[in-house]
Amino acid sequence: MLDMLQKLGKATLGFFERLGRGHLFLLQIFATIPGVLIRPRLILTQLYSVGVLTLPIILVSGLFVGMVMGLQGYNTLVDFGAEDSLGVMVALSLVRELGPVVAALLFAGRAGSALTAEIGLMKATEQLSGMEMMAVDPVQRVVAPRFLASFITLPLLAAIFSSIGIYGGYIVGVELLGVDDGAFWAQMQDKVDLRGDVYNGIIKSVVFGFVAGWIALYEGYDAVPTAAGVSRATTRTVVHTSLVVLGLDFVLTALMFGD
Amino acid sequence: MNNRTVEIGVGLFVALGIASLFMLAMQVSNLGTVTSSDSYMLKAGFENIGGLKVRSPVTISGVRVGRVSAIDYDDKAFEAVVTMSIYSKYDGFPEDTSASIFTAGLLGEQYIALEPGGSMENLADGDRVQLTQSALVMEQVIGQFLYSATAGGE
Repeated sequence: MLDMLQKLGKATLGFFERLGRGHLFLLQIFATIPGVLIRPRLILTQLYSVGVLTLPIILVSGLFVGMVMGLQGYNTLVDFGAEDSLGVMVALSLVRELGPVVAALLFAGRAGSALTAEIGLMKATEQLSGMEMMAVDPVQRVVAPRFLASFITLPLLAAIFSSIGIYGGYIVGVELLGVDDGAFWAQMQDKVDLRGDVYNGIIKSVVFGFVAGWIALYEGYDAVPTAAGVSRATTRTVVHTSLVVLGLDFVLTALMFGD
Repeated sequence: MNNRTVEIGVGLFVALGIASLFMLAMQVSNLGTVTSSDSYMLKAGFENIGGLKVRSPVTISGVRVGRVSAIDYDDKAFEAVVTMSIYSKYDGFPEDTSASIFTAGLLGEQYIALEPGGSMENLADGDRVQLTQSALVMEQVIGQFLYSATAGGE
């Protein structure tokens, strides 16, 4: 009994310890950002490995998500004779929800895990302490550029995901199933609001980019420097990022659309 | 991978991202009404166009023959002026063709239905459709129904 209480207490304290360290780590990143901005080449390489290499999976998934929505939406809407609203349905669900959320989940799987593994391995092979020995701040040199890169790329990836998804819906709805071309776009333009829908979607993806980058880098930086530790950290990155993104999505949606 | 590849890759990525953002923004305002060159214009005045929009379809016998390219209000005649761009291959509409605004389905979009008349003369580019029927506004229909129902009861 006492043993169990002890374990519970330890787990609770461990949770708060990690939470606190995570936030201190975030402050540390913020403090080093000005130093990174004067060396844009560091960010550029990270934009490549975080953003460009994630692009294929975003493009393919976006296209198929859009196509599935076109198909499913058509089958439901046609019963009500409202298949002209297919464009609105596809565009609103992509711009408001699926674009930012699915892009963030794919980002966690493709780029977040890679970031964690990379930094965790750097720690395990003592490259980070090596940098410290040479008076190079590893947070500034290694972590901050990656953080900025994921912060910049996720909104772009989400926008790409949404647009390619809308084209996927267009291909299935208009080209294959024969929804009227003009009605598809006209209703979409009429119902999708720039401020209410597009901007809020972008705000969501900015928040998700921030969180996904932060979790991935923190897990890597905080990993137990062994092979098993790095593997556990990588798993945790994907799981935590997905949970936090989905939870935050609800909160943000409630704030934005829940009046 | 050398620096050039990285730079080109990042450049392409950012350009694609900004193009997508731009496309999302344009989706909302107006994608720019593309009127194909092989079409001609007809105008029609309506008392009330209901929910008709630019790019709404124009049909005849249920077949789409064009789209609405502009909607304007004529403050001399106090009516809405709808400009329709009709595909050139359908150029044999009689002069006394009539235009009505209907709704597709229960929740569907509104569209213009043309109905050919019996005149020997055909409509040409820029002509005006004389016979028009406005969109049905549900409140008016219900109001009229209630009025006739109470009037009939007395």
